[in-house]
Amino acid sequence: MKEKSDSSRRSFLRTCVAGAVGFGATKLAIPAGVQPDITPKSKVVIARDPELYGTGSSPDPARVQKLLDRAMQSFYDMQDPVAVWKKVVHPGDVVGLKVNTIAGPGLSTSVALVEAICERLKQAGIKPNDIVIWDRTNRELTRAGYHLSNDPNRERVVGTDARDVGYEDKPSVYGTTTTRFSKLLTRTCTCMINLPILKDHSGAGVTAAMKNMYGVVDNPNDFHSNNCCPYVADLYMHSAVKDKFRLSVCDIFTACFEGGPSFQPQHTWKFNGLMIASDPVAHDYTGWQIIERKRAEMGLKTLTAAGRPPKYIAVAADAQHRLGTNDPQRIALVEL
Amino acid sequence: MTTPQLVRMLIPTALAIAMLAILGCNKKPAAASANPFPESNQVQGWTRTDEIRTFPAAELWKYIDGDAEKYLKAGVESTSTSDYEFHDKFEAVVDIYTMSSPTGAKTIFDSEPGMGASTPQLADAARLYEQSLVFRQGKFLVRIVAYQSSPLLAQGLLDLGKRIDQRLIK
Repeated sequence: MKEKSDSSRRSFLRTCVAGAVGFGATKLAIPAGVQPDITPKSKVVIARDPELYGTGSSPDPARVQKLLDRAMQSFYDMQDPVAVWKKVVHPGDVVGLKVNTIAGPGLSTSVALVEAICERLKQAGIKPNDIVIWDRTNRELTRAGYHLSNDPNRERVVGTDARDVGYEDKPSVYGTTTTRFSKLLTRTCTCMINLPILKDHSGAGVTAAMKNMYGVVDNPNDFHSNNCCPYVADLYMHSAVKDKFRLSVCDIFTACFEGGPSFQPQHTWKFNGLMIASDPVAHDYTGWQIIERKRAEMGLKTLTAAGRPPKYIAVAADAQHRLGTNDPQRIALVEL
Repeated sequence: MTTPQLVRMLIPTALAIAMLAILGCNKKPAAASANPFPESNQVQGWTRTDEIRTFPAAELWKYIDGDAEKYLKAGVESTSTSDYEFHDKFEAVVDIYTMSSPTGAKTIFDSEPGMGASTPQLADAARLYEQSLVFRQGKFLVRIVAYQSSPLLAQGLLDLGKRIDQRLIK
């Protein structure tokens, strides 16, 4: 426990320092009599490896493992690549890994990334069968390269549409959203690690951590008007999501700057990175900036000018939702 | 002979005639067909690896979730899809969107940036990329997307696209 609190303090201090340096602030800049703002910043780590794909068309599993370790070690400010996962999960947890596989093998959560996470989860004390890799359908999982499994000696890989799974009978309500959640989330898993893909989205503008929750309910089609706002934020407020969420590990090996969420290869690029955050709003805000930078580089309009501002991000940060921060001055971005 | 007996006798006959009609169409690849998806080896190097699935407009979200909205706004009536492999090596998907009018297909086609594309002579308009081909023909919008890249693919995509275009009911 001592190690945990020391580490947290170090992490907090480093975060504050990083933020102060990043935004050009110094101790002397605080006027006398004004209390310094000591609200912890939301940490977002982006780690990249330009050689992630090597000469192949798939990411190199060994490099993926190293990239994941580097990102996690930085996020938790710890050296041990297994100990960091003990901050996320505990033996006895049934850990849901919510992947995103709707766009097929070209733009789905990488199997190599999921395998790397599973390896560390098991080393951290999670039983193989207490890891559940899941998404909407068995078909989408299979198409994205996952092998369905109900083997009690290994990780489960299953879609909500599998026999004996399905959605809750009773709808849950929050704000504008009335929906039925996957039983994999409500009954099977005790916690969730969100493994989204960073993509442009023809309606929402950006899809990353929060929008990935459209894949855990039975009626996502009801939540796409008005740039998916406030639906994305409202959906995340349901306790089934908010209370089980532990961490986002965003696969940005290949990202999409236009034409999403479907896979249009001409509008993707190899970012060769991972993004980690426990604040889903800071996570999605940072992802949005990555997409905007790429769009500018490609000579495309901003998402707002293109008619799809990701306005749900600000709503998720507002006083009603408080899911995190979209204020760049409150985000401690670490790029490795 | 009673009426039920007559019906029972006629149903297999009608089915047989329908099967013959379908097979007959497949023997004439250049002719338009109710099924625009070429079968395996009808286009050199291409194998169809999955069933054809069709989603009416109201259920398109089950296939492409959020992307469905832009097609709905443009008047999509249904979408059919199937998977293919090229030379048993490269995976691809073919999506055929049937819109309510040619305007809908043009709306979607024109909304997409064409940077980096060549514009082959195909259907009403087409864009060819290293890994994908999109074209519109009347009220149809066709998208072929490969999941891997290869210099071999561009011609293969074009060959498959041409055959699909021939099979569309115009």
